[in-house]
Amino acid sequence: MKFAIVVFPGSNCDHDAYYAAKHVLGVDAEFVWHKELGLQGADVVILPGGFSYGDYLRTGSIARFSPVMASVLAFAEAGGPVLGICNGFQILLETGLLPGGMLYNRSVKFQCEQVYVRVEELDTSFTCTATLGQVLRIPIAHGEGNYFAPPDELDLLEANRQVVFRYCDVEGAVVDSANPNGSARGIAGLCNKQRNVVALMPHPERACESAMGSADGLVVFESAIAQLKSDGMVLPG
Amino acid sequence: MKARVFVTLKESVFDPQGQTIADALHTMDYDRVRNVRQGKYFELELDVKTVDDARALANEVADRLLANPVIESYRIDVEDETIGVSK
Repeated sequence: MKFAIVVFPGSNCDHDAYYAAKHVLGVDAEFVWHKELGLQGADVVILPGGFSYGDYLRTGSIARFSPVMASVLAFAEAGGPVLGICNGFQILLETGLLPGGMLYNRSVKFQCEQVYVRVEELDTSFTCTATLGQVLRIPIAHGEGNYFAPPDELDLLEANRQVVFRYCDVEGAVVDSANPNGSARGIAGLCNKQRNVVALMPHPERACESAMGSADGLVVFESAIAQLKSDGMVLPG
Repeated sequence: MKARVFVTLKESVFDPQGQTIADALHTMDYDRVRNVRQGKYFELELDVKTVDDARALANEVADRLLANPVIESYRIDVEDETIGVSK
């Protein structure tokens, strides 16, 4: 089983994701440079956090056209599990695989802090071993994570059960005071309709061992591994 | 042929940066500045012959890259050096 971690110029959480996969979970992991045209036979693809292309123009807008993205889109459309973390989420929004866009945080500040998110959906490639309503303590580190979509699009996301994570307080209550950036309806993470593409602003790879302050992020990666094992790993890539 | 593309957040989208600038102006006693919307401005030099082609090309690149239609809208001015700005 192999995880591919796509590296864009300006990615800076690629090594964290690699560490989580290879050294914490013990699966194969490879870096895939964004100029490559394939995914090295990966079973799981991670678009990591960072500042691809220096966040020029709009976050994720230029990385979205990197050569490797055609392979990522084909992999996703064939049902392969794709996880977008932070800048990876922003890139996936730009591809249109996930709806909506990111605005500046309502604080107009870069925010780097521990937050709590509640798991809202279990039948996705990256939450299937979590429990419904499970509260995860995971850090955020972003300036543009204020999720926006028009009200009718938000209603559609809710109707399709595509909201996978919401910011919440330590008890799991989704309240405005626990929403760090002003995201619509407290949305911290989404999935596509096929439920194999999941993206979130918080960094589960930075919460994979107790020495990091929390190991709550592990469940995201463990879910992908568990799903692949139960599927017999018959996947594209 | 030149095209100018002005990208701004849609009216319905809250602009935290514009709001911060407006707040700063108000603390500077510019109370007559009611509101500020921050945007981006692009100058495109285009290798096309007609104003229509310039507009079509500028529209295409604005749609595909310069603006995110989910949150932003844009306006294009085309400048034909021989006849001036066409809006």
